[in-house]
Amino acid sequence: MSYSSELYQQVILDHNKKPRNFRKLEEPTHICPGHNPLCGDHLTIYIESDGETIQDVCFEGSGCAISKASASMMTEAVKGKPVEEVQTIFSQFHNMLTGEMDPSSGEHQLGKLAIFEGVKEYSSRVKCASLSWHALVGALDMKKDVSTEGDKDPM
Amino acid sequence: MNREEIRSQFPELNRKVHDHPLSYFDSGATTLKPEPVIKGLNQFYGEDYATIHRGAYLLSEKATKAYEDVRAKVAGLIRAPKSSQIIFTSGTTDAINLVANTYGQAFIKSGQVILVSALEHHSNIVPWQMLCERVGSVLKVIPMNDDGVLNQEAYEKLLKENEVALVAFNHVSNALGTINPVVEMTALAHEHGAKVLVDGAQSIAHCPVDVQNWDLDFFAFSSHKVYGPTGCGVLYGKEELLKSMPPWKGGGDMIYSVSFEKSVYADPPARFEAGTPPIAEVIGLGIAIDWLLSIGLEKIEALEQEVQSYALERLPEVKGLRLIGKASKRAGAISFLLDEAHPHDIATLVDSKGVAIRAGHHCAQPVMTRLGIPATARASLGVYNNNADVDRLVDALHHVNKIFGV
Repeated sequence: MSYSSELYQQVILDHNKKPRNFRKLEEPTHICPGHNPLCGDHLTIYIESDGETIQDVCFEGSGCAISKASASMMTEAVKGKPVEEVQTIFSQFHNMLTGEMDPSSGEHQLGKLAIFEGVKEYSSRVKCASLSWHALVGALDMKKDVSTEGDKDPM
Repeated sequence: MNREEIRSQFPELNRKVHDHPLSYFDSGATTLKPEPVIKGLNQFYGEDYATIHRGAYLLSEKATKAYEDVRAKVAGLIRAPKSSQIIFTSGTTDAINLVANTYGQAFIKSGQVILVSALEHHSNIVPWQMLCERVGSVLKVIPMNDDGVLNQEAYEKLLKENEVALVAFNHVSNALGTINPVVEMTALAHEHGAKVLVDGAQSIAHCPVDVQNWDLDFFAFSSHKVYGPTGCGVLYGKEELLKSMPPWKGGGDMIYSVSFEKSVYADPPARFEAGTPPIAEVIGLGIAIDWLLSIGLEKIEALEQEVQSYALERLPEVKGLRLIGKASKRAGAISFLLDEAHPHDIATLVDSKGVAIRAGHHCAQPVMTRLGIPATARASLGVYNNNADVDRLVDALHHVNKIFGV
């Protein structure tokens, strides 16, 4: 079986069909819509945070299975975590997608997120997997919106 | 040449992708290259290379002749009256920008209307928007129905109710495959005093074109979509229009004489070809045209229509597949959606079976917006596609459904 099929089976059957934390916060402390103009994927990240810790995080939107599953798994990975640690996980996740870090060697805090490693074989899909993370960091930085266009991720 | 003989001319079709034979369905973006074009480029770069229009030495004179001979080949391909009406550009986008920045800039006035169709690629929208911003003209859109067919009554009404300077539309839609009625639309525009630019990027490789009989004012296409090299394209224009147009890009080769007080511009086509052009690419385009004409556009059209009919018959077998764009006259692109899988997931998963398709908005975001969808999966045909390719595409789509639990 090819790598893409493996990646899809594990991710799709679970998080794409039943995305976790797929809802909206009525009064978020942080919010940021993310948009991938290349494929039309868009989602909004809602956060409740005191600036130190992420108490709650959820998302809404539409997109491909990779972007939806990535957003879903991201919410599970960062909920309850200190903001500082979330920034570290994001940079590790990003480095994994761009092939700069191999999750099978060396220490990291990616946990289940390492399943997205296969995305690095499909450079056009890196933006799908990273969209929710860009929106999360954008929300924490109080940005009005983020777009994957112009991002240094490969196309 | 029969279909299998044609296929055997494309070395890339011999390679494997993820251990599967390649079924290439992205000719709408760019076509694969036949052996004669690849060999010709090699020969030119390896043995005959020199610049053109300058050197008084044998190689330069030969290169100049080879380059200039391609104008006549292009004129033959699109039935243009004279080779001096063929301008080499960097592609369709560059050709449309040339018209917007020369004809448009000089002759389209504030308050006049430029009509584009709802089916356009960004390259036939944005240059006109930019022109409108500069000269104060107004961009209006010929609407289409849910099948992706332009509304001809609305078009006529737009022509009647506005002072339309120019109508710009594609011969064939890159997103939906719709063939637009070029002859009728051009005649109607002319009745109302408007000029016509036809974007032929998606038709040039699929059917015969006759700019003279169709009375087109401007016609543009790209070499790399018609089995030639990237980096070159063509603008055809009516002689009196080209002569009336000021230059756009200034530089060497587009002048008669230059002094610090004043420069005198060359006649077309040189006026619009500043700088060293893509010499090898133009020569490669010439080889592609010879190759194409050795098969014949009528025959290519018939071969492709056969595979298209087979694909349109077989694709609906896939559970949850919805065809996007249902024009009765169509060529090239077949767009579709699956109920469960997003177009990008479809493209990645069929690729694992050696099937290359495109996913996205196809640089035609207004088409997607009009149809209320973010993207489509698109299989676009070339002369090398056969029914076995279609079978592999259909099998790969069943595989996508299986992964998604359908």
